[in-house]
Amino acid sequence: MAGEEHRGAAAERGPSGGPGVPALEVVGIQKWFGSVHANDDVSVAVAPGTIHGIVGENGAGKSTLMSIVYGYYQADGGEIRVGGTPVTIKGPEDAIAHGVGMVHQHFMLVDTFTVLENVVLGVEKGYLLRSTLSEARQELERLEREYGLDVDPDAIVGSLPVGLQQRVEILKALYRGADILILDEPTGVLTPQEVDDLFRILRALRDQGRTIVLITHKLREIMALTDRVTVMRAGRVVDHVATAETDRAQLAAMMVGRSVLLRVDKEEAAPGEALLRVESLAVRDRSGVLRVHDVSFTVHAGEIVGIAGVAGNGQSELLEALAGTLASEQGTIAIGGAPVPAGGRAEAARAMRRRGLGHVPEDRQRMGLVTAFDASESGVLGYHRERLYNRGALMSRGAVVDAVGSTMEDFDVRPPLPTLRTANFSGGNQQKIVVGREMSRSPDVLLVGQPTRGVDIGAIEFIHRKLVAMRDEGKAILLVSVELDEIMSLADRILVMFGGAIVGEVSQEEADERTLGLMMAGERADGAEAAGA
Amino acid sequence: MKRLIVAALAAIGIAAGGMAQAEDFTPAVVFDMGGKFDKSFNEAAFNGAEKFAADTGIQYRDFEVTNPSMREQALRNMARRGAQVVVAMGFAQAAAVETVAQEFPETKFTLIDMVVDLPNVQSVIFKEHEGSFLVGMAAAMASQTGKVGFVGGMDIPLIRKFALGYVEGAQHVNPDIEIFQNMTGTTPSAWNDPTKGGELARSQFDRGADVVYAAAGGTGIGVYQAAKDAGKLAIGVDSNQNYIHPGTMLTSMVKRVDVAVYESFRAAKDGTWQGGIQILGLAEDGVGWALDEHNRSLVSAEMEAAIEQARTDIIAGNIAVTDYMAQ
Amino acid sequence: MKGFGGPTQAPTWVTHGLVPLINLGLALVIAGIIIALIGENPFEALRLLVLGAVGYPEAIGYTLYYTTNFVFTGLAVAIAFHCGLFNIGGEGQAYLGGLGAGLIGLYLGHWPAPVVIPLAIACAMAFGAFWAFIPGWLQAKRGSHIVITTIMFNFLAAALMTYLLVEIFIKPGQQAAESRTFEAGAWLPFVHDVFAAFGANIGRSSLNLSIVVAAVCLVLFWFFVWRTRWGYEIRAVGHNESAAVYGGIAPDRAIMLAMAISGGLAGLVGVNEIIGVHHRLLLEFTAGYGFVGIAVALMGRNHPAGILLAALLFGILYQGGSELAFDMPNVTRDMVVVLQGLVILFSGALEHMFRGRIERLFARRARAVAA
Repeated sequence: MAGEEHRGAAAERGPSGGPGVPALEVVGIQKWFGSVHANDDVSVAVAPGTIHGIVGENGAGKSTLMSIVYGYYQADGGEIRVGGTPVTIKGPEDAIAHGVGMVHQHFMLVDTFTVLENVVLGVEKGYLLRSTLSEARQELERLEREYGLDVDPDAIVGSLPVGLQQRVEILKALYRGADILILDEPTGVLTPQEVDDLFRILRALRDQGRTIVLITHKLREIMALTDRVTVMRAGRVVDHVATAETDRAQLAAMMVGRSVLLRVDKEEAAPGEALLRVESLAVRDRSGVLRVHDVSFTVHAGEIVGIAGVAGNGQSELLEALAGTLASEQGTIAIGGAPVPAGGRAEAARAMRRRGLGHVPEDRQRMGLVTAFDASESGVLGYHRERLYNRGALMSRGAVVDAVGSTMEDFDVRPPLPTLRTANFSGGNQQKIVVGREMSRSPDVLLVGQPTRGVDIGAIEFIHRKLVAMRDEGKAILLVSVELDEIMSLADRILVMFGGAIVGEVSQEEADERTLGLMMAGERADGAEAAGA
Repeated sequence: MKRLIVAALAAIGIAAGGMAQAEDFTPAVVFDMGGKFDKSFNEAAFNGAEKFAADTGIQYRDFEVTNPSMREQALRNMARRGAQVVVAMGFAQAAAVETVAQEFPETKFTLIDMVVDLPNVQSVIFKEHEGSFLVGMAAAMASQTGKVGFVGGMDIPLIRKFALGYVEGAQHVNPDIEIFQNMTGTTPSAWNDPTKGGELARSQFDRGADVVYAAAGGTGIGVYQAAKDAGKLAIGVDSNQNYIHPGTMLTSMVKRVDVAVYESFRAAKDGTWQGGIQILGLAEDGVGWALDEHNRSLVSAEMEAAIEQARTDIIAGNIAVTDYMAQ
Repeated sequence: MKGFGGPTQAPTWVTHGLVPLINLGLALVIAGIIIALIGENPFEALRLLVLGAVGYPEAIGYTLYYTTNFVFTGLAVAIAFHCGLFNIGGEGQAYLGGLGAGLIGLYLGHWPAPVVIPLAIACAMAFGAFWAFIPGWLQAKRGSHIVITTIMFNFLAAALMTYLLVEIFIKPGQQAAESRTFEAGAWLPFVHDVFAAFGANIGRSSLNLSIVVAAVCLVLFWFFVWRTRWGYEIRAVGHNESAAVYGGIAPDRAIMLAMAISGGLAGLVGVNEIIGVHHRLLLEFTAGYGFVGIAVALMGRNHPAGILLAALLFGILYQGGSELAFDMPNVTRDMVVVLQGLVILFSGALEHMFRGRIERLFARRARAVAA
């Protein structure tokens, strides 16, 4: 479905420097962070008028590279060339002056300003805003027409859906005259439909002669959108390939350094009794907004139930309410047949854990771990009161270190050193510490939120295998993830959340991206057929 | 330059393990937490010590304490490093003087404003009520409204002693006079709160007072400023403060702490220093009222004559001024 | 990018030894320039300061006496820091601690010392703990900001003490707002008296057996923070409240516990001052020790070993500084405050000015060696 028809023709339309000269080129970039070699002799040439993908696992150095190009970091060595000319980029101002724009993973927008005000922010001319704004309005309307970037210039940014906010970011870059547009993980927060829109816009931009660099770890996007792709691993460039001449398996193998299984192998589920039963649950978040209403479902022994949905549709609050860390407004939660009293915060979390509930929280750094603790201390969080770890008033350091050390071995945490500070482990290994802590106790019910967010492919594979193994032992697992791929490959049943309610349920066999995507966008499951026309 | 030499000598003294310098006469003064430039009590002592140094060419040592436990340490340091006479400023040092004077029976200690009964301690106290009586008269005579004010520092018996003498003096002139009294506070910070002093003075002016007497240490600065701003009169305390705002400073109740310090140093040098209690009143010129070029124009000949007459009468015992603390 | 944001790895001796030393050195250089500007010899001043602090037995006694106070307040600030709280109420808690010790001294001083002294210590801790517990409770249950409430409680403590001393405990017929002297049972022995009992003669100073209490506190602090589950829970709340809740740890209870311990430690300043030195209740004996405790905890990285060293440094600055003011007429007590301020500025506030650069230098060198 990718735009193969445009390939080739684009290369002849360089914005400067003539044909054959790369629009953007980095040569031999070196970057150290302390003792970490983040970029090691990285060279990439991006042909004008193409979409160039840079793919790699978390920590491969791709974001660092683009931050150097955009001037957030200074390289320790190497050169940046724009249109063939070496340039010095000391900050984002320099990058913009050379026609390089960037759309960040986390938007840099002022929520209370209008679209127009956001677009001119920082490039206002003169003392009075009015003239700038009217000029900008014309320019904005022209850009919107040209690339199909429909946004109301007078809308307040905070009230726009995420997909439109991203368009504002793109408009900001274009308004500043960017010929080269860098997008850092642009699809993480979008629904599948929004992703399609974004791709359409990016292709339109390319067809008008702009050059696009797309940073992602999602191979599907690389295959769908890019013309060429650079694969990075551990700070180095592994290879540059034309997208048409490769496939996902080959790219994944290059990223990880060995061949990986992209599908999870698992037997048919054999669900037993209902271990987690939720009835008409309603939950308010900490600022009092009703985030979950009238949610009922069950999770049975021996099955994985997935909850799909675009981030921010109540999944996080549902998960926290089940774990006890957020009080539920109404409804009941029953574990193993016995209802648990509604409560809030710490005491409830402790009670849930005693009832045999494990919880891998969505955000391990915010909730699952204390990064300032050493791994052994993080490895007993929530279980630190257990008799095993205590000798009278004192905690038994030896017992803690031994127990966590052996769990770290079991869960392949690298390095398996319980005395190392938690913050010094990579994201994937931190996640394995959390997963290990929660799984090694064999809870009857396991809640898992975004288990593979920011985790590299090798660790994803490992965590997925562990989840399936637990299911096969007869445990009930509830999986919340915004990665549709993950839900579709792991879950035996899929519930879709939209606007705080469950809007549909499909079995794994029935699930496909399109159906789920429509439900995630708020279409009822029964209306999906009609809406799909 | 001399100071440098003294400092250098002192340094050698420390290096030698704090040995006493036997031959030289070294007087010393330990200021209290207010600091030596408080424009009032401690500064008066500083002036006395400076005058002694200027008259005799003998350098003295001084120290300003910053916390309560330093008082004892400072006194002991002075004694150990060979000071023959140590003046301790203020009643707060009484306990420290009592301890250290027993450790160093050969060293002479002069304690200002409080009594410690030891053979090598000279306790100097003042009849502040007598001096306050005189400025109370001045206030009553200068007042057009028949209303005068008093701003005290921290509410302690000593300040009530000032207040009572002032009241009696004012009533001596005008039995119907109305007198406003305010204390700045109950914590030691009341000695150094010019803002609040100014507020209190202004409120007294608003109620009709046109002369205000401040017995409040550094807080008085705010009182005098308020008087100047309002075009009213103020009376200073302890040191001669007439110079601060010539034209609105009616007079000052001078408490000759400077004389006490000077005399203590001089007596120790001459060998006439004696322990025991010294009570300095009008008769001894220990307290008085200040008349100089800064307030000459504010004090009529008639006022001057009346006050001087009262002074003579008090000394002669014809007028009895009540001592608050002896009540 | 996140993966690279972790702390730079530099050798421990650089992080915990060299960097603080460089900061201290810089503070001394600036102080030296100022001393030179007012016409004194900075090297002579430094010599006087050091000799004044450690040059003879009595000076060492005073240095250690100040150190004792700073250990108490430093630990007090540190335990609150571990819980993510900024307790700047050490001053008021110390004041109340002194009141607690003083009440025992006034009313039970005629009992035998082995009974009275532990009672006085316990009472000082209890009073200090109570004074910190209230802001802790307000923070935990009502969300009142601890910085604001502890400041307010400093003022309340000062007002309360003044009232009690001016109106109730004042010795009749006396100018100074002080209580009568306690009976001997409530005197924590001076170290010089203890030595004298064994025939050794050291100079008289304010140093008393509170220093033993301080040493015990340093050790217990370490065990409590790093080896008990209460310490674990306090640290968990301090570093990451969400994670603590997730782990079944109630932040409000951890906050109240940490504040109570913090106040108890600060209250021990009252033991050192009231039954250790003055043997009577008086005003303003806290003399800013509670605030210096913040700098001590900051410099000491909230670790007892670091706090001991920082407390010693400030003890030297206090005692040596007063000797310097004693012996150099141009160096007033305000100059000494400037000197202490410079040390706080460089070691605390500007701590990160050079840290990053120095650590990077050594990290790079370590890498070069490894490669």
